[in-house]
Amino acid sequence: MQLNITKDMLNKKNLKKIGKKVFEKIVENIFLLFACISVICVALIIFYIFTKGSPAIFKIGLGHFLFGTKWAPTQGIYGILPMIVGSIYGTIGAVIVGTTIGLFTAIFMAEISPPWMVKIFRPAIQLLAGIPSVIYGFFGLLVIVPIIHKFYGGGGNSLLAVIIILSIMILPTLISISEISLRSVPKEYKEGSLALGATHIQTIFKVMIPAAKSGILTSIVLAAGRAMGETMAVILVAGNSPIMPTSLISRVRTLTANVAFEMSYASGLHREALFATGVVLFIFIMILNIVLNFIIKKAGASVK
Amino acid sequence: MKSDLQKIHTQNLDLFYGDTQALKDVSISLEEKKVTAFIGPSGCGKSTFLKTLNRMNDLVDNVKISGKVFLDNLNIYEKYDIVELRKRVGMVFQKPNPFPMSIYDNIAYGPRVHGIKSKSILNEIVEKSLKNAALWDEVKDRLKQNALGLSGGQQQRLCIARVLAVEPEVVLMDEPTSALDPLSTLKIEDLINELKKNYTIIIVTHNMQQAGRISDKTAFFLLGEIVEYGSTDKIFSVPEDKRTEDYITGRFG
Ligand SMILES: Nc1ncnc2c1ncn2[C@@H]1O[C@H](COP(=O)(O)OP(=O)(O)OP(=O)(O)O)[C@@H](O)[C@H]1O
Ligand SMILES: [Mg+2]
Repeated sequence: MQLNITKDMLNKKNLKKIGKKVFEKIVENIFLLFACISVICVALIIFYIFTKGSPAIFKIGLGHFLFGTKWAPTQGIYGILPMIVGSIYGTIGAVIVGTTIGLFTAIFMAEISPPWMVKIFRPAIQLLAGIPSVIYGFFGLLVIVPIIHKFYGGGGNSLLAVIIILSIMILPTLISISEISLRSVPKEYKEGSLALGATHIQTIFKVMIPAAKSGILTSIVLAAGRAMGETMAVILVAGNSPIMPTSLISRVRTLTANVAFEMSYASGLHREALFATGVVLFIFIMILNIVLNFIIKKAGASVK
Repeated sequence: MKSDLQKIHTQNLDLFYGDTQALKDVSISLEEKKVTAFIGPSGCGKSTFLKTLNRMNDLVDNVKISGKVFLDNLNIYEKYDIVELRKRVGMVFQKPNPFPMSIYDNIAYGPRVHGIKSKSILNEIVEKSLKNAALWDEVKDRLKQNALGLSGGQQQRLCIARVLAVEPEVVLMDEPTSALDPLSTLKIEDLINELKKNYTIIIVTHNMQQAGRISDKTAFFLLGEIVEYGSTDKIFSVPEDKRTEDYITGRFG
């Protein structure tokens, strides 16, 4: 509608100048409106999660809620430490495994592999990124869980299975961002290093990776965010017992699984406690985002 | 052809990028502890030739090289350790390219990759190299600061210091002052004059006055070939080839 009006105004010659200005203003405001949508969504989500979630935290008590090691809704006991620990262990484990594999893959693709191999690797990795998480869960359930069961017993649903599945899921993020940042290291650095008699591998580790550091760190933080927030695939392989994990083959429940698993039947304080779990998850994700912004800002400053 | 003074010599060097020939039958003998300047119009193969001398052309896909390049009478394209070669034949690039790390780490980089770990030896090398590159006084109080914070001229001297830190015998310079202001250029020219006491220096330049000021010998390149090579005084006063004369007097593209 608004666009039609402005077109008419443009057609009238005498009003052309004013029309143009008005048109510009309207378009600017349309942009503003659309830009606001995402901000409003974030604000609404934060508002609802916190208003729904925080009462439970006061009723249960912050200490009991965050540091209680027992989760037994039927007895009115709501301690989410096992889930916090489960989420953190799963995320850290996946980041360690995923970063190791991902960084080496990125280095290989950016620096070592012949171009024809990159042409195979890149679409494969893109495909990995596009696979729905429930499919990852299937794969975990059908392949990884039985293998873990075979070697370690205990059913196979475990922290280890979570770490393996999450590691695979975060690989595309790690690889693509790290590869791009390695490729965008100025070739003058590489030449300078090689001309001093450094080997290719020395050049990669001593010059290129440090120069690509902020991109690589960014990929790690984004990957951690993805791992922390993953729900479906995790539920299928974690075992989901709300107990403190004591080893890699312990069953675990993550914060996300806690919410998704019980929300359908919970009511009253139980339901509120699940919202509160969401608050805690949200805070973790927010911390990761702050870290990310910090990295980006620092990288920007060092360029100047 | 051979003399005791010669450090590097090439025989019938041909180089192709894919199908296009960039160097044609280049045979030249470069003297030890002298400054040799390469001049010639853009695209005539000066950088290409310079890069054959420390095998930086190996990085380019599709390069074909035939002929011989001798460093102290050993062919560097035959069973020659490339790390050893680049240690002996250092290179300074057209655009200053310090690494995005501290001034100290830039200089210590070369010695470190060649296995020197001792802090005190590294300290010594850093100080000596920076002094040799006439940069020490300007940076001695901020060795820990990022090298990218230096001015262009300082960065280029840092790059020269970085090369000196691995104690090369030959230093290749590809238009090292083309990105610098006149004052920085003069500083680097003075530096080259100083360095030639201990190093063999080969420099590409588009600046005729510069070639005249700093070089002992000059080679004029045209379309991948050396048209004329001789003492700088002679090339600039009584060139033998008409094409050299045209180029030097500016009658040539
Ligand atoms: N990597 C490359 N791939 C293909 N062709 C190249 C490559 N590098 C240089 N050439 C070509 O080889 C020829 C010689 O180039 P070179 O860079 O050696 O010239 P130059 O004399 O250094 O020129 P300038 O004075 O502009 O630096 C040119 O025709 C150039 O286009
Ligand atoms: Mg050149």
